[in-house]
Parts: sequence; C-alpha cells; structure tokens
Amino acid sequence: MNLEAKALDIRKDIIELIYSAGCGHIGGDLSVTDILVDLYYKQMNVDPNKMDDPNRDRFVLSKGHSVEALYCVLADRGFFDKKELFDTYSKHLSKYIGHPNNKINGVEMNTGSLGHGLSVAVGMAMAGKMDKRDYRVYAVMGDGEMAEGSNWEAITAGAHYGLDNLTAFVDRNRLQISGTTEEVMTADDQEERWAAFGWNVISIPGNNMEAIDNAVEEAKKTKGKPTVIIANTTKGCGVSFIENKAAWHHKVPTEAEYQQALKELDERRAQL
Amino acid sequence: MNKIANKQVINDVLLEESAKDKDIIVLCSDSRGSAGMKSYAEQRPEQFVEVGIAEQNLVGISAGLAACGKKPFAVSPASFLSTRSMEQAKVDVAYSNTNVKLIGISGGVSYGALGMTHHSATDIATMGSMPNMRVYLPSDRFQTEALIRSVLKDEKPAYIRIGRNAVEDVYEEGNVPFELDKATLVKDGTDVTIIACGELVGDAKAAAEELAGKGISTRVLDMYCIKPIDKDAIIKAAKETKLIVTVEEHTMYGGMGSMVAQITAANAPVKVINLTLPDAPVVTGKSREIFKYYGLDAEGIVKTVTEQL
Repeated sequence: MNLEAKALDIRKDIIELIYSAGCGHIGGDLSVTDILVDLYYKQMNVDPNKMDDPNRDRFVLSKGHSVEALYCVLADRGFFDKKELFDTYSKHLSKYIGHPNNKINGVEMNTGSLGHGLSVAVGMAMAGKMDKRDYRVYAVMGDGEMAEGSNWEAITAGAHYGLDNLTAFVDRNRLQISGTTEEVMTADDQEERWAAFGWNVISIPGNNMEAIDNAVEEAKKTKGKPTVIIANTTKGCGVSFIENKAAWHHKVPTEAEYQQALKELDERRAQL
Repeated sequence: MNKIANKQVINDVLLEESAKDKDIIVLCSDSRGSAGMKSYAEQRPEQFVEVGIAEQNLVGISAGLAACGKKPFAVSPASFLSTRSMEQAKVDVAYSNTNVKLIGISGGVSYGALGMTHHSATDIATMGSMPNMRVYLPSDRFQTEALIRSVLKDEKPAYIRIGRNAVEDVYEEGNVPFELDKATLVKDGTDVTIIACGELVGDAKAAAEELAGKGISTRVLDMYCIKPIDKDAIIKAAKETKLIVTVEEHTMYGGMGSMVAQITAANAPVKVINLTLPDAPVVTGKSREIFKYYGLDAEGIVKTVTEQL
C-alpha cells in the first residue's frame, strides 16, 4: 500500500468530516495523520472483526481531541460504517462523540481529558508482560499535553518496569490552543526529559512516513525500556492555509476553504 | 473486642482468591503497609504492582490492566484515592467501564489527628456522583468479606471504603445476611429507623438496643450499598416508621443521608434527620472521639431519636 497516498486520502476525509459536522480539532488531526496511517495500515496487528483477540496490539489516543483523524482511519479500515460516521458525527444522539469512546469498535479506551492515556497504556503493557503475550501498546500524546503532571508519573513507571512493549508518540506540532508551546509552557526539551526518565528516545520528522516507520521498527527492537518517538510535525499538515496556525486548533473551514483544502490535497496526491 | 480490621479481611480474601485466579492484581501507591496488604505483596509478587506515591497513575494503570482482562484492585488511602485520582476514576474507570475495584483504606476520619488532608469525609459525594461508579461502605469484617467475594464475581467498577482499625462485629460467624445492593436488616422495629453505613452501623445497633429499653422500637438498616442505594428498603422504612435517622462518617452534603432524604421526599415524605460530620474540618482526635463529639456514636443517636421522635 502507498501509505503517503493513504494519508492524503485520510486528510481529505478529515476535512470532509469536520466541514460537514461543523466542528472538530482540525490542526491536530492533520499533524497526527501520518502516525495513525503507519500504525493502522502497516504496523499494528488489529483486525476490525477480532477486537476481542487478546493478542491484538493496543492503541490509546491520549490526545483524544484528534478523534476525527482516528475515526476516519478506523472507518476506512472497516471498524465501522463510514457513512454512519459521516452522517451522524457529533450530531444529536450520535454514538460518534467528539472524543474517543470505547463503545465504538476499535476504540480501546475513552480519552479526552489530557494526561490520562499514557498511564492506561502502561497498564496495558504491564498486562502483556504478565501474560507473556507479545502484543505491543501504542499511545499518541500531544505536545501541549506534556504539561500534565500525571504523564510524568506514567513515564516514571514505564521506565521503572522496563516496558519495552510500549511505544509513545509525542505529536510535536509546537502549537496549542493559546499559542506556541514555548509561549504557553516550555516543552522544547522533550528529548532530554524523556531520556532523563530512562526512555529510549527517537526524534524524527513526524510527517515523514518512512521516518515514522523506521522509528517504530527501532522501538520494536529496543529491549529493556520503553520508547518515545518525538514526532516533529506540522500542525495542520497538508493544507497550506491551516499549517502552523494556532487559530486552526479547532476552526471549521468555510465552503471556500473547504474546497481549497480538498484541491490542495488532490494536487499533492497527483504528484505522488 | 474484635481485633481483625476490615482491611485485613480484604488482604486475606484476595490472597486466597488470587491463588486460583491469576488475573487478580493488587496495586498500591506506597500503601501496602497501611493497606494491610503486606502478606499479599510478599506472597503474590507476580500479582502485585507498586506504583509509588502516584495515585493518578495508580488508577490509570489499573484501568489499562483491566482493559486487557486483568482484575485490578487499587488499594490506597481513601482520602487520596477519592480526590487526587478522582478524574482517573471518572474517565478511566467509570466512563470507560473498566473492571477496576477502587479500595479506599483508612477512610472517613480514620487517620484522626492527621487532619483534613488525610480524611475522606467527601468520598461518597465524589465517587457517588459519577455515572457507573458503585459505592460501598461495609460495616464489619464479616460483611466486608461477603462484599469482596461478591464484587470479585462481577466486572464493573466499584469504590469500596473501609476504615483503618478493627471495629466491633455487627454480624457473627456463620450468620451474615448479605445480598448485593440490598440493605441488610440488622434489627426490625416499628417506631423509628436508623439507616447507617460503615463503622457507624455498630453504633446504630447499640443505640437500637438502648432505645428498646426506653420502649422505642427501632429498625436498623445497614446501608453498606450506598450506590446503587436500596430504594425499596428506604421507602418501606419511610412508610412503616415515623422517623428516619441516618448516620454516616461523611460530610453533610452529598452523602448517604442526602440520598435517603431525596428518595423519601419524592416517594414517602417522612422526617429525616442526617447525622453527619460537619461541613468543616473536624476537630482533632481519634475516630471514636470525633464520632462522640459530633453525636454520631450510640449515645448521640439515642439522644437524637428521643428528641426528634
């Protein structure tokens, strides 16, 4: 499969979903898309029809507000009906609410409040070790989220228990709702912080599919400690006027912007 | 005087059951000693997880374990478990519907003179307010054992609060009436009903005996199941007795008494007096001294009943 092409298709779905629903966290969806595509179309052992398989890989979207990206990937992979998602997302009585919910096939854990996902992922990885299963656990976090103190409890425990079956991503897009991460709360030494806590740290260009995949492979080979992949991404990646703009944290495109976004993504797709 | 604390019973039941069920996991937050979980931790190292002094992580990890089929018991002081990790209890346990049993030890004012930081006089309110979270405050060691054996059979979230020290038996070996989510009728009566939970059930029982000597027929309900609360038993008491007095080791708002009043007001209005801790830090002292000061002990209950009836 051409993962780059798939990532552009997913981005189009995200734009479509947010435009039709009139809500969504578009910037972070577009920055995290490539990570999700690599995990769900190449790396993770997950089958929509076997979500009760105890050996499946586990995924926790700690930055739960990027739910549109996750929903679009899950729908495209057949976890649920894409039309139902697009028809009902965020609408009255829909099961597709604006943060991941484990009543939906493919979603392992409810998230949305930041600073929760990594602790849960630590527990999942611990259970895998206890049961001597070889599944892997992935948690995707936001960089703004790294200000949550509970994360550092989980980071400490992950290293303490040597959970080498656990890989965390930090979607390092450098923007959060109020401005740059450096203005809001310093986050520029992520690599040093995680390394100081005992994690294997890999820093990559986070919208580069090959770099993502190589990092995940390296994480799988790393023994005795968990791995964090600091994915240096672009918020809004793929759409010129959304890229690197804090205002697009959860702005909804106008009709003209919507058409322009799809056009740009189609052009990029044609160039592949 | 019984010398076996409720927490010791939990340790013993989990030690026994975990030999047969490898999915039972106990997690502590540097609390294995105060939780009475030392022998479990020593004898089941493969089924014990220490998370350090990090209650948020304690509950988050428990939820992750549960999501992978484990049966975690997160055992930590009730004060911290019910507030510091409240959001993890809400999101990772109650909302995500994970099979996590939260065991709040040294609950209420068990820590006595250590003060409000260590008291959990608001845990019924915090935990009970979350959709899908059950709340239990067992009275004595026998009921604690029955409760733990019962919740081991289900896969739903629950918060269980127990005290620090051994308490007088309410029931006796071989005679422990217990049905999950049904109040236990400790003593029947026709004039007044005392509804109590946790350590104060013993005081309610003693008060009923003293009131009998004064010619007042007193019903005592052990409302260990605070959520889901036994609505039927409350309505029955409201219809059959002239006064309800609730007794709990909890502040006055959002506790068991509030719930009883809510149910009677809508279904069978009757005078309901809530005996509770105050809406303030409690006075310094041991549990028994604090109970006496606020009129929650047998003597205080008798006084309230005789004044109000």
